[in-house]
Amino acid sequence: MKSFLSLVLVIFITACASGVKLNDVPVEDKSGAKPSSDLTSIKPAPTQSETQPQSKVEPVTPSTNENYASGPANTGKIVYFDYDSFSVKPEFQSVIESHAQFLKANPRARLSLEGHTDERGGREYNLALGQKRADAVRQSLSLLGVGSGQIETVSFGEEKSAVQGNSEAAFSKNRRAEFFYK
Amino acid sequence: MTRLVIAITALIGILFGYMGSAHAEFKVEVSGVGITQIPIGISEFRSTELVPQKIAQIISADLDRSGQFKTANPGVVWDENTRPDFIILKQKSLDAMLTGSITKLADGRFEIRYRLWDAVKSEDMGGQKFIALPADLRLVAHRIADQVYEKLTGDKGIFSTRITYITKTANRHMLWVSDSDGENAQAALTSPEPIISPSWSPKGNELAYVSFETRKPVVYIHDISTGKRRVLANFKGSNSAPTWSPDGKNLAVTLSRDGGSQIFLIDAAGGEPKRITQSSGIDTEPVFTPDGSAIYFVSDRGGSPQIYRIPSSGGPVQRVTFSGGYNISPALSADGKWLAYISRTGAAYKLQLMELSTDKVSTLTETTLDEKPSFAPNGKLILYATQIQGKEALMTTTLDGKISAKLAGQTTNIREPHWGPFLKP
Repeated sequence: MKSFLSLVLVIFITACASGVKLNDVPVEDKSGAKPSSDLTSIKPAPTQSETQPQSKVEPVTPSTNENYASGPANTGKIVYFDYDSFSVKPEFQSVIESHAQFLKANPRARLSLEGHTDERGGREYNLALGQKRADAVRQSLSLLGVGSGQIETVSFGEEKSAVQGNSEAAFSKNRRAEFFYK
Repeated sequence: MTRLVIAITALIGILFGYMGSAHAEFKVEVSGVGITQIPIGISEFRSTELVPQKIAQIISADLDRSGQFKTANPGVVWDENTRPDFIILKQKSLDAMLTGSITKLADGRFEIRYRLWDAVKSEDMGGQKFIALPADLRLVAHRIADQVYEKLTGDKGIFSTRITYITKTANRHMLWVSDSDGENAQAALTSPEPIISPSWSPKGNELAYVSFETRKPVVYIHDISTGKRRVLANFKGSNSAPTWSPDGKNLAVTLSRDGGSQIFLIDAAGGEPKRITQSSGIDTEPVFTPDGSAIYFVSDRGGSPQIYRIPSSGGPVQRVTFSGGYNISPALSADGKWLAYISRTGAAYKLQLMELSTDKVSTLTETTLDEKPSFAPNGKLILYATQIQGKEALMTTTLDGKISAKLAGQTTNIREPHWGPFLKP
């Protein structure tokens, strides 16, 4: 095997050293090879631009303008949900009541309720599930007399995890709705 | 003597072939074995050293990924004007042979010529020449692969089409447009906020997608060659899941503005959306049938997410998937015969393929976190996102699941792929 490899190497080095190009290596051809005139003509492809590549993509970077307002002081801003659930648990009722009082006392305040899911499942379906969570919190606020004009419910689906990781501990922190004042 | 010459030629070929792959710009990981693969020889194009792109290797990788070819480098450089040595090709059991050359033109562009040979009949199958800017050399390689594919299989090739996908690093979300092999990626949008669900327009010049850059999901339409974009849907609540009608005049989107998540039609130029679905729960992920007459979508109206079908003007709803408790992300082949989707079984999310005429379902992959299938425009491959050893990856698979390939090019989190349409040459 070793001598075979060295033979190969010698041939290779010789080929390189003598400047023999691959296509100059003599190959006996029994098919009567010749740069032949009997080949069909090579047709040109449609003419392309001389300056503008066809595959060019123009890059875009959006500017994000984040202008936030503050909500009620000393109040939680997150409601957590059980797996595959959209019902607001009783333990979050006091948080929701504080926000309801704030919104009623500040009719010009605008609340965005942002729904989130854990990372399991499809992204678009999770977007719709997160929407259900945000809508559930809005429903609780409505029952406390907050006008729907003050609230927008949106969803981030699984796109903005609060906690990274694929443990149940991480998942439970990511199934949530957040209060965000604009 | 002849034998020795052939042997030496072959040995040098092996060496050069080896060096070639070591210097290749990418490696396509193809796994699986197809039943009927056409063995084709593809040698280096003459003067390939003039360009950084490995034209012959790009073509070989394309054909290998299709599952319908088995490529080999016979190790001899013949250009398009030379009749190949059919004895060598027969010894290597090659049924076809692709040869070609590259020439640099005075204006900086390149001329690429190829010729295809039927090695069984020892016949010339014709060729073509392309004149291209350096930036379009990969495109030319893909076009040659398309023509070889069509000449030998009778089906249109898809290698010169483009795909889009999203990558995510710490706080950077990027929308990419790349060649169908995942290479030559160019960033169309870079944002600090998430981007999901990019969808090609039928002409392949625009992308619709969902961007969270204004702290809520908004649907944009983005002309990729100019970078000009416009808001398509920014209604109160969430706006998502855009998909184009086959004539490009409308998009179906999911809006929560009337409560719940429901499917609406909206003119591609914008305007007042028209509601299509009516349920109290979730209706999302719309996709049009190729004739535009119906929409397949996901709904939880039966208690768990399943795929349904509705006329695209609205009307009676028909359930499509029945087995399993979680079926999402429908995609239809261009001939309307196949439905690809994702099904959850236990903790696994698997790509499924349903033959719509028989309702027969098959599982196509070995992976367990499959997402977002879309068909190649010729319907012969499915592109999807998944995870391999805990890392996000894009893969293609043949419809029989026998040949799958991991697309290279990006090592970060990579997801949300969508296969673009045929493009005008």
